[in-house]
Amino acid sequence: MTADIQPIRTAAETALAEAFARFKQPLPAGEIARRDAAFAEFHKAGLPHRRVEEWKYTDLRAAMREAKPLAEPNSAAVVAMAKTAIAQFGSLGAARAVIVNGQYVQDLAQAADGVEITPLAAALTESSDLLASLGQSGAPASNTAVALNNAFASDGVLVRMSSRTKTTLHLALHQEGDHASYTRIVVAVDAGAEVELIETHTGSGAHQTNTMVEILVGEGARVAHYKLQDESRETLHLATLAAKLEGGVNFSSTALTKGANLARQQIFLTFAGEHSEAVLGGVSLAGARRHLDTTLFVDHAVPNCASRERYKTVLTDDARGVFQGKILVRRDAQKTDGQMKSDALLLSESAEMDLKPELEIYADDVVCAHGATAGAIDDELLFYLMARGIPRAEAETLMITAFAGEVFEGIENDAVRDIFVASAQNWLSNRG
Amino acid sequence: MLEIKNLHASVEDNEILKGLDLVIKPGEVHAIMGPNGSGKSTLSYVLAGKEDYEVTEGSATLDGEDLFELEADERAAKGLFLAFQYPLEIPGVATMTFLKAALNAQRRARGEGELSTPEFMKQVREKADGLGISTEMLKRALNVGFSGGEKKRNEILQMALLEPKYCILDETDSGLDIDALKIVAEGVNALRAKDRGFLVITHYQRLLDHIVPDIVHVMSKGRIVRTGGPELAHELEAKGYADYVGAAA
Repeated sequence: MTADIQPIRTAAETALAEAFARFKQPLPAGEIARRDAAFAEFHKAGLPHRRVEEWKYTDLRAAMREAKPLAEPNSAAVVAMAKTAIAQFGSLGAARAVIVNGQYVQDLAQAADGVEITPLAAALTESSDLLASLGQSGAPASNTAVALNNAFASDGVLVRMSSRTKTTLHLALHQEGDHASYTRIVVAVDAGAEVELIETHTGSGAHQTNTMVEILVGEGARVAHYKLQDESRETLHLATLAAKLEGGVNFSSTALTKGANLARQQIFLTFAGEHSEAVLGGVSLAGARRHLDTTLFVDHAVPNCASRERYKTVLTDDARGVFQGKILVRRDAQKTDGQMKSDALLLSESAEMDLKPELEIYADDVVCAHGATAGAIDDELLFYLMARGIPRAEAETLMITAFAGEVFEGIENDAVRDIFVASAQNWLSNRG
Repeated sequence: MLEIKNLHASVEDNEILKGLDLVIKPGEVHAIMGPNGSGKSTLSYVLAGKEDYEVTEGSATLDGEDLFELEADERAAKGLFLAFQYPLEIPGVATMTFLKAALNAQRRARGEGELSTPEFMKQVREKADGLGISTEMLKRALNVGFSGGEKKRNEILQMALLEPKYCILDETDSGLDIDALKIVAEGVNALRAKDRGFLVITHYQRLLDHIVPDIVHVMSKGRIVRTGGPELAHELEAKGYADYVGAAA
C-alpha cells in the first residue's frame, strides 16, 4: 500500500495554488497544459527555503509569508501615475515599451524602425507563432522564479530587433499598488544587429513582482543591456535575466539595484556559439533591513568565449547582500576566459554580505579566476581625505562613489550612466 | 603659532611620544631629524589627527586653538597640512575631483564661498604648471599609477592649493631621486612666507640642502634631544645618529 505524501503547504503556497487555478481558466487549452506543467514545477518543492542550496541566503519561504492577489486590470489613474514616473527618464531610446502592473500599455509605447513589439497577451490570444520563442534562453524551468513566471506571466512583450545601426529600446516597468504581477519579456536580436536595452523598474506600493527577461542574441550581434531596479522599498522583487549568445556576439549587462525590500536578481548566461564576449556588472545599494541578492550562472558551453563579471555591493544598517556567482566551463569549452569578481563595502557593524563565487571547470585549457571581498571603508584612505579638510561623511561618500564607480565607468550610454550615477548619489545622501 | 607642550602619545598602549616640546612661529622652517623609530612620523600623525593614536598627556595648539579638540578635517580647515610620507592611492576618485572637494570643504568650513569650476581650474592650472603636473595627471585617479615623484609633487600641489598656515612634511624626500627632490624642494621654497611655518621631518640631511631650515631638532625616543641651527644637520650627516640612539634612555 502506498500513501500519497502531501507536504504541508504554507499559506503563500496555498494562495498561489488557488490563484493559479483561477488564473488559468480563461486560457486556451494548449496554454493551460503548458502552464500546468510550469506550476507543477513550482508546486513540487514549493517555496524554497534556506536548506535549498540555491536559496540558502535568500529564504523565500520565510520572506514570502503571503501571496498577494494578482493585479487588477489597470485603471486610467494607474496608467497616469506610471506615465509620470516614467517621464523622469526622458527619452532614453527610440523605442519604448511600457508595462504597468504586468500589463502592456499600448498608449505609452513608442515605435521605431527595426523594433517589432508584440504584446504577449495578444500573442497568447492569437496563439501566435512568436510564442515559440518563450523559454529558449537557457533559464532552468525548475527554478522557482522561472517556474512561477512560466505559470503566471500573461503579459509583457515579445520583441524582435533587426537594425544594424544602434537602436535603443526602453523597457519601462512600473508598479502601483499591493498586488502580485508577472511580466515576461523576450527580445530576439537578429544576427549582426546592434541594440541597447534599458530596463527600468519603478513604482509604489507593497507588491510582489516577478519579471523574466529573455534575450536571444543572434550571430555577431552587439547587445548592451541595462537594468535600473528602483522599485518601492516595500516590494518583493524576483527577476530573471536569461541570455543566450550565438557566436561572435558582444553582450553586456549592467545593473543598479537599490529598490525593493527583498530583491533576487538571477542571471543565466549561456554561450552557445564561439568567439563571443560578455561583460556582466552591477551595483547594489541597501540600508535598513533590506535584502538584495544577485545570483548568476554563466555557462561556457562552447570554446573560445570570454566572460567578465564585476559586482559591487554597499550595505549599511541591518541590510543584507548576497552574491552567488557560478562559472561553468564544460568539457569542450577550451580557451574559455572567465573572470568574476564581487566586492562588498559594509558601512555598519550589523550589515551582512554573503559571497559565494564558484568555478566548475571540465576543460583543461582555460583561464578562469574569481575573487570576492567584503570590508569596511579603509581608515587610512579616510584619514587621507579628512587630512585635506574633507569632512567624514563627504569623504565616505567620495569613497563609496569611487567603489561603485568602477562598474558605472563601463557604461557606454551617457544618458544611462548619468541616471545610474545620479540614482546612486541619491541613495548615498540618505543611505536607506 | 604651532605650540606643542610635553606631548605624550601612544599607539596600542605603546608610548611613542614621551614629552615632546616644540614651538614653530610663522615664517620659521624647522627640521626634525632622527633615527628610525624615534617617533617622527607619529608626531606628524598625532598633529594631523589620525585616530590610531592616543594622546595621554600634553597639548598642541594652533594659534591658541587646541588641536586635539578638532577632527582631522577641522584641523586642515584651520590651516594645518600634512604632506604624507606615503600618499594614498584612491581608485575611482579623479585627482581634480579630490582637489576641488578638499578646497571647497575648507572654504565652507571657514565661511568662505565655494569656488566656481572655472575659478578653481585656473588656480589648479597655475599651481600644477609650476610643479610639472599635467592636465592628464589631474584627470587620473588620485595617485593611482603615479610614480613616487609624481605622488610627492601631487602632495606639494595640494599644499600650494590649500595655502595652509603650518605645513608638516613627513619624509617628503623618501623615494625621490635627485631631480624629483629638487622639484619638490622648489615647490616648498616657493611657499615659504612670513605667515607660514614649516616642520620638515627627514631622516637624511640631503633634503635640507634644498629646503634650508632655520632651526634643526634631533628627535630620539619620542623627545627632542637637541636643537641647533642648519649646521646641526651637517653634523648629523657626518656622524650619524649613533650618539642619540641611546641618549634619551
